[in-house]
Amino acid sequence: MTDMLSENETAAHVDLFSKFDPLIEMRRNLLSTGQEDPFGLVMERVISPTVAVCNGRETILLGTYNYMGMTFDPDVIAAGKQALDDFGSGTTGSRVLNGTYAGHKAVEQALCDFYGMDHAMVFSTGYQANLGIISTIAGKGDYIVLDIDSHASIWDGCKMGDAEVVPFKHNDIEAMEKRLRRIPAEAGKLVILEGVYSMLGDIAPLKEMIAVAKKYGAMVLVDEAHSMGFIGPKGRGVAEDQDCLDEVDFVIGTFSKSVGTVGGFCVSNHPKFEIMRLVCRPYVFTASLPPSVVATATTSIRKLMHAGDKRAHLWENSKTLHKGLKDAGFQIGTDEPQSAIIAVIMPDLEKGAAMWEALLHEGLYVNLARPPATPANMTLLRCSLCAEHSAEQVQQIIGMFTRAGKATGILGA
Amino acid sequence: MDREETSARIAALIEPFNKKDVAITDQTRFTDDLEFDSLTVMDFVAAIEDEFDIIISMNQQAEIETYGQLVDAVVKLQG
Repeated sequence: MTDMLSENETAAHVDLFSKFDPLIEMRRNLLSTGQEDPFGLVMERVISPTVAVCNGRETILLGTYNYMGMTFDPDVIAAGKQALDDFGSGTTGSRVLNGTYAGHKAVEQALCDFYGMDHAMVFSTGYQANLGIISTIAGKGDYIVLDIDSHASIWDGCKMGDAEVVPFKHNDIEAMEKRLRRIPAEAGKLVILEGVYSMLGDIAPLKEMIAVAKKYGAMVLVDEAHSMGFIGPKGRGVAEDQDCLDEVDFVIGTFSKSVGTVGGFCVSNHPKFEIMRLVCRPYVFTASLPPSVVATATTSIRKLMHAGDKRAHLWENSKTLHKGLKDAGFQIGTDEPQSAIIAVIMPDLEKGAAMWEALLHEGLYVNLARPPATPANMTLLRCSLCAEHSAEQVQQIIGMFTRAGKATGILGA
Repeated sequence: MDREETSARIAALIEPFNKKDVAITDQTRFTDDLEFDSLTVMDFVAAIEDEFDIIISMNQQAEIETYGQLVDAVVKLQG
């Protein structure tokens, strides 16, 4: 044991921030060229789901998750204002204490109706929904088998729990089966998949993967964050589209994408599901969503049930942009459009950042995505379309990409 | 399978991932000496898992820093 220091002694100071030095240095190099900070954009005014004033410029938004354009829906706004007047600005408490209002029950009922499932549990964010459900249901001695390209919230849920974590190669059914086969038969197993993988915008072969998971006695959790509202005849997601939603034990989703506000949820038909409310720490030990948020979510979810026309228009947008960018000579993350996300692959971070800035000067905002968030160390310009983008806006976007691509040398002259 | 045979089979599997032809000893470290990134680790672990028909969970991988520790773990996992 180390001796205690006497009054006039002090130990060497270790700066806990030293571990961030490589990243600080990388950012300094990038920004020293005069490059606008891709991670420091401020929207001064938001004009509609598809247009905002960014850094002083009117800009088309192609890097939000506002897939269904619900953020300015008049019914959604009215519901939020009414809830502010009737219930106040916040609950100041946990769902299991003073934080459950009529609105929280109403949004959970809207989710049960939307998915046709028996139980729904609402969390304060989508991140917490994955963190909470995964870390709580998969415990010591259990196995989690998951896709290597899973979202950070899924990995963090694994890290927070005590289960054995076994990843497999992205969307590789055989690699998944090999791992399931080797797990002791008596162990509890949870397979975690996503409907849409948000970096490349590709979808999972859920039907085949879930059939394999069930063959080995595993329970299945599917994160449908990027498909809700858009994919599937009723907007329930990729599992609905592939006709296997009944086989999914837990669907995780979010209010911060198509629903247009913030919050997360899990829906399930598991007969014992309600016990989660008492044992899931990220649900218990945090304040519940404000009344206005759950009111806007309820209205939005109920409108999304009947948004077939918007879904059709968003598919049109996705197909048009995918083809337009491919024809212009860009390398796209998927051969065919599979979701509302079109990922344009950049040669490297410097070129990607330059292209991002050139697009911003054109009046277009997209997401710059870089490792470690991206698979295979790729730098991506991620475009996410909105059902409120007009056909004209999509053509404008293709023109902006083509000009910026030539200006930065990413496209040949 | 004894330690020597296990080690020989792992040594053969490591070859395609050992881009700089680092000489492998029990003390060779995967991150520092072989410069494996997370994608390489996944592919390499999958190759070992398939060869020996075992699972090396990420929890177990976290305890393995050197080649020697890997061989010991694989010997143990084969039971």
